[in-house]
Amino acid sequence: MQDLDLTPLWLTLELAAVTTVILLLLGTPLAWWLARTRSRLKTPIEAVIALPLVLPPTVLGFYLLIGLGPDGIVGGPWRAMTGGALAFTFPGLVIGSVLYSLPFVVQPLQNTFETIGNPLLEAAATLRAGPLDRFFTVVLPLARGGFITGATLGFAHTVGEFGVVLMIGGNVPGKTQVISIAIYDHVESLEYAQAHLLSAGLLAFSFVVLFLVYSLNRRWRPALGR
Amino acid sequence: MNGLDASFRLARADFELVADLTIPARGVTALFGPSGSGKTTLLRCLAGLEPEARGHLRLDAEVWQDDARSVFIAPHRRALGYVFQDTRLFPHLNVRANLDYGRRRAHPIDTRHSQQERFEHIVELLGLSGLLERYPAQLSGGEQQRAAIGRALLTQPRLLLMDEPLAALDAARKRDILPYLDELRRALDIPVVYVTHAIDEVSRLADHLVLIESGRVQASGDLMPLLSRLEYPLAHGEGAMTLIEARIAGHDDAYHLSELAFAGGSLTVSRQPGALGDRVRVAVHARDVSITLAPTSQSSILNVLPATVAEISQEDPARVTVRLRLLRKGRKGAADAGSEEDVFLLARITRKSCERLALAPGREVYAQVKSVALVG
Repeated sequence: MQDLDLTPLWLTLELAAVTTVILLLLGTPLAWWLARTRSRLKTPIEAVIALPLVLPPTVLGFYLLIGLGPDGIVGGPWRAMTGGALAFTFPGLVIGSVLYSLPFVVQPLQNTFETIGNPLLEAAATLRAGPLDRFFTVVLPLARGGFITGATLGFAHTVGEFGVVLMIGGNVPGKTQVISIAIYDHVESLEYAQAHLLSAGLLAFSFVVLFLVYSLNRRWRPALGR
Repeated sequence: MNGLDASFRLARADFELVADLTIPARGVTALFGPSGSGKTTLLRCLAGLEPEARGHLRLDAEVWQDDARSVFIAPHRRALGYVFQDTRLFPHLNVRANLDYGRRRAHPIDTRHSQQERFEHIVELLGLSGLLERYPAQLSGGEQQRAAIGRALLTQPRLLLMDEPLAALDAARKRDILPYLDELRRALDIPVVYVTHAIDEVSRLADHLVLIESGRVQASGDLMPLLSRLEYPLAHGEGAMTLIEARIAGHDDAYHLSELAFAGGSLTVSRQPGALGDRVRVAVHARDVSITLAPTSQSSILNVLPATVAEISQEDPARVTVRLRLLRKGRKGAADAGSEEDVFLLARITRKSCERLALAPGREVYAQVKSVALVG
């Protein structure tokens, strides 16, 4: 039996962490806008964000492959700017993961923001708090549950993705070979012991993360007095 | 230039607000009207919370909105305090942090007292000292509303807006909090705009009245004269009444009674706890006032006040409401021209009695007051 190579595990965690951070930075203003706007663009944008929920990952992966490729609408300018490629690289994986996991972060955030609603923000305004002040002192603390849920789902969904990374990541060990693909490779090569170890590790890890999140959510709720 | 002066127009699908409003620099102005008449919308316009409303708003020398000159001061830049009907305390902050939220952000106007002194004063005024470390969800409705009032006051507002602060409370909680509001009314020297549809809150707390109906201001002015004006609906409801500001002029311990003196005479009421000279406000309901042509000593009714009939209005086929101007001491005769300080009573009597006594404007009569209620 070969030594178990843990590189795919670290790569996966790195990808999920980077993706989650980007998703929170992008998803928060997006969800805030969606929760508050009366624009006619709201519904089409909501539909686009939700697409990864219904499309087979290979469809998204296919278009990403074209878009990120050397002549694609993103890959082309990227190559002109950096001289490098996007497809089959880690940055390309991050872009794919962000798009693929977007609804898992935006939707819980949007729900939370909609629940908080206008009344408390109006109260804060009459207490002299400006718009940014209101967001950081009223919305953020009250949306903690939504942020935890969104970050967890985004992270977990990125850890578990397979189809998209297979299409746009290729299978470059140490660069784009994430854990789900490594497991697939081991199984293909009938290396069941390694597949078992990685699978069981992922299973345990996912359980522990979700367990921690749910217990944190439960413990925080009474502190809010709700 | 003192006080508040505003004019707003706001069109919604099912409702239109067209309101001109003048509010004195001191005292409580009640915005009074039925549900859905636009009172809360008007209050929100004053706070700048209805950005679609067009018009202008000036408080003292400061212009907060003037659409003719494209002036709109954002709500958070207006020195106002707003007490919402549903309190809107921040659930993630305890009472102390809620109180501090506005205080930390406001520009202090009052430099005579330190921040700490003001905090302690308001905490004491509203009875909040035992609640500071609790979270809103751990408070009763009345306690929440007191905390919300304190939070608004600690911003040192130049205008206090209160939107039915008692409407969500049951009768017992309401009784708990009314004394605090009463105390507040005496302690504040800023204009307070108080939205309500409860006449008992108006009679207890208000100095001025703005009557609102279907998005329009029907009438506005000092509370007491307005209550008796027969052209407005207040004088015609079952709860029709007038208010009299009086001073405690004497106590009769033998009969356990007190004497209240006011510009139009005096009233004998059951023994009051206050000291001589204390100001009290009494309500006289139209249904408790009857009319005789001659003073009679053959009656159990102690309070008989000379008056002239000012106006008569028919309520229904059986009853009329008579507006009586009380004759002031040292000024006798029906030829009196009316004056702002005249005291009026309303009497609800049968049309039959009205015709039998041949009541008509100018007629000198005696008002018999069966009972009075002290409201504050």
